[in-house]
Amino acid sequence: MKSDFDLSAWPPPSLFSRRHFLRLGARLAGALALLPWVPGAAWAAALEAVFKERTVADVLKGLGDDIQSSDQITIVTPEIAENGAVVPVTVKSALPSTTEIYLVVEKNPNPLAAAFIIPDQTEPSISARVKVAQSSNLIAVVKADGKLYSATRETKVTLGGCGG
Amino acid sequence: MSGHLSRREFLEILLAATASGLPIGHSRAGADPGWEGLYEVPRFGQVHVLHFTDCHAQLKPILFREPSVNLGTGPAKNRAPHLVGRALLRAYQVREGSAEAHALSCVDFEEAAARFGKVGGFSHLSTLIKRMKASRPGALLLDGGDTWQGSATALWTQAQDMADACAALGVDVMTGHWEFTLGSDRVEQLIASNRKNRIEFVAHNVATKDFGDPVFAPYVMREINGVATAIIGQAFPYTPIANPAHFVPDWAFGIQEEHLQQTVALARKQGAVVVLLLSHNGMDVDLKLASRVTGIDAILGGHTHDGVARPVEVRNSGGTTLVTNAGSNGKFLGVLDFSVKENRVDGWRYRLLPVFANALPADPQMESLIAKIRAPHEAKLGERLAIAGDTLYRRGTFNGSFDQLVLDALLAEKNAQIAFSPGFRWGTSLVAGSPITYEDVMNVTAITYPQTTVSEMTGERIKAVLEDVADNLFNPDPYLQQGGDMVRVGGLSYAIAPERAMGERIQDLQLGGKPLEAGRTYKVAGWAPVAAGVQGEPVWDVVSRWLRDRKEVVSPNPASPRLIGVASNDGIA
Repeated sequence: MKSDFDLSAWPPPSLFSRRHFLRLGARLAGALALLPWVPGAAWAAALEAVFKERTVADVLKGLGDDIQSSDQITIVTPEIAENGAVVPVTVKSALPSTTEIYLVVEKNPNPLAAAFIIPDQTEPSISARVKVAQSSNLIAVVKADGKLYSATRETKVTLGGCGG
Repeated sequence: MSGHLSRREFLEILLAATASGLPIGHSRAGADPGWEGLYEVPRFGQVHVLHFTDCHAQLKPILFREPSVNLGTGPAKNRAPHLVGRALLRAYQVREGSAEAHALSCVDFEEAAARFGKVGGFSHLSTLIKRMKASRPGALLLDGGDTWQGSATALWTQAQDMADACAALGVDVMTGHWEFTLGSDRVEQLIASNRKNRIEFVAHNVATKDFGDPVFAPYVMREINGVATAIIGQAFPYTPIANPAHFVPDWAFGIQEEHLQQTVALARKQGAVVVLLLSHNGMDVDLKLASRVTGIDAILGGHTHDGVARPVEVRNSGGTTLVTNAGSNGKFLGVLDFSVKENRVDGWRYRLLPVFANALPADPQMESLIAKIRAPHEAKLGERLAIAGDTLYRRGTFNGSFDQLVLDALLAEKNAQIAFSPGFRWGTSLVAGSPITYEDVMNVTAITYPQTTVSEMTGERIKAVLEDVADNLFNPDPYLQQGGDMVRVGGLSYAIAPERAMGERIQDLQLGGKPLEAGRTYKVAGWAPVAAGVQGEPVWDVVSRWLRDRKEVVSPNPASPRLIGVASNDGIA
C-alpha cells in the first residue's frame, strides 16, 4: 500500500522491522476482531447497528457521546484519490492507551467503513482500503484511555483526464 | 522595431514573405536582433546544475507563445507564476522589446517572433549546454520530464528518438509524467537502456500498489566539484488521474509529502550537502510543498510550463527553499549555481536562459542525429494542410486558437452540438501566414490515447464535468489542483466565477443562444478518453482531414467564458 511505504525498503537491504511486525499485528487483530470466536466478538456484535447507520451524526452517536478533536491522530490518504473504489487510508494514533480505531467516510451511504481493536503493546496504526463515492471528509475516531477522540481529512475524487 | 507596424501591415508583410518563399526568421535580415550578452553568465560557487523541463519531444526549433491568460485566484492571485504580459515583464524588470521579453511573455508576439526567430531545438539547446558546461566544469544536466511525448516522431518511435537525443545531450538525471502514457513496460525498457547511457530516472513518489515497494530510485547522489549533492525525483503526482490509469495499472503515485521529508533526511544522513528536488508537481504545488517540507535547497520545477525568470524563495521551519519553473518546449535552460561553505549553502545565482535558435549555432552532431531520426518521416510531416489566418497557439487558462481549431474540426467532422478538448499545456505555435503542416497538427495532438468519441450527455452532466475541471484549476488548495488548463469547449458558451466554491463556478450555460437544459441530452464530441478500450478515429486524422478540406486560410476565433468576479488580475493581459 503506497501510503505507508517507508524508507527501510530503500536502499536495500531492508530489515523486517519491529515496526513492520507490530503494524502487521494490528491489521491482523483488526481483521480477527470481526470474527465471532475471538475476543472482541461482543464488541463486533454491538457495532453491527452502527455499521448500518446512514449518517455521520448517527454513526458518531453510536460510537459514544463525547468526541473531542485531537491533533494526536494522523490520517494519511491521497490528496486526490487515484481510484475512488479503493482509497488507501492509514490512521496512526499518538494517544496513550489507544484501544480502538474507527474509520468513517462522511458521504458514503453507510459512513462507518471499518473498526479495529488495538491490542495492548501494539503500535496504534491501521491501514485499510475504503470506497469513497465522492469527494468527502474521512474521519478517524480513536478510543484512548476510555475516551473518544477524532481527526478529519478530506479526500477528493475527480473525473480526471485534464492534466496538462 | 516592435510597435511600429499595425497588426494588419505586419500580417501583409508576413504573408508576402511567406508567399515569396523567404524563411520567416530572415524576413528582417539586417536588423540586429539584440542578443548582446544574453549568454554571458559568469560562474558562481562550485555546485552547478542545468535544468530543462517539459520539452515535449520538440527536437526542432519552434515558436511557442506564452499565455495571455494564466489566471491565479485566492492566494495565487498576482503572484508568480500567475503573471502574464507586461505585468510579468514589470515584475522581473525585463525590458519590453528585448529578446528575453519575447521569450518570457506574449507581448507583441507576432512581431517579436519575426524579429527573434524560433526558439528551442535540441541542436541549439545542446550548444548552450556545452557552453555552460565549459564555464562550469562538473555541472549536472537535469531533465524534469515530459520529454518522451509531444511530437509525431516521439509517438511513432515510442520515444526512442528522445531517449537517443537525451543521451546525446548528456542528461544525467530525469523524472517523468507523460512518459508514463507509453505504458509501464515501455517506461521500464527505456529506463533500462537509459541507464546504459548513464541517465538515472528518479521518483520517490511512485510505489507498487500491492506492497508499496519503490518502483524507481528515490534519489541519486552526485559529487559536484567535491560537494555531495542529492537529486530527489518527484514524478507528476496525479498521473493516473489526469492521464489514463490503465497505462500504469500496478503503480500508485501521489504527492507523498511525509515520504519526501523522510527521503530528504536519508539523503542528508548519507552526506548530502546540497539537496535538490527535480519536480514535476507544477509550480503552485511546489510552492506549497516548499513551505511544508524542510531541508531542500531548491525545487527545480516543471509541469505547469511557467517560464519563471527568478526563483521564488519560500521560507519554511527549516530555512529557505528556492522554487523554479523552467518553461516548456525546449525554450529555456535553467542555470543554478550554489556556493557552499563549511558544508552548507551560503549563496546562489539563477538564470533562466532562453534558447534562441538564431543566436546559438546548431551542434552538428545533434543536428545529424535529428536529421537521421526525421528522415523516414519527413514527407509525411511536411504535408501542408492549410494556412494559418491568425496566430495559432494553445496556452491560456480557458482557450487557445489552436484548441479552437481542434474544436471546430470536431464539431464539423463529428456533426456534434458541443465539443470538448482537454486543457493540455503543450503544443507549439504558428504565426499568421504560416502553412499548417501535418507535423503542426501532431504537435498539438500526439498522444497514446488519441481516440475521438461522440457521446450523449445531459446538460446536468455537462455542467458537472465543467465544475469538476474548474475545481482542478481553481481549488484554493494547490494540492488539489492537477496543473492543466480549463477544458476547452466548442459550441457552448458559459460564464465562470473562479473564486466561488465547487458547484457554484459554472453559470449561464448557453447553446445557440438558448440556456442548456439540465434534463436534455446533447451530442458531445471529444478526444483523449481516460478509460481503457475506447474505440474511435484518432484526433489527428479528424483535424487534418478538416484542414485539408479547407485548403486555404483557417482563422479560428477562440471563445472564452465570461469571467465573473475577476476584476483586475495580473494573470490576464
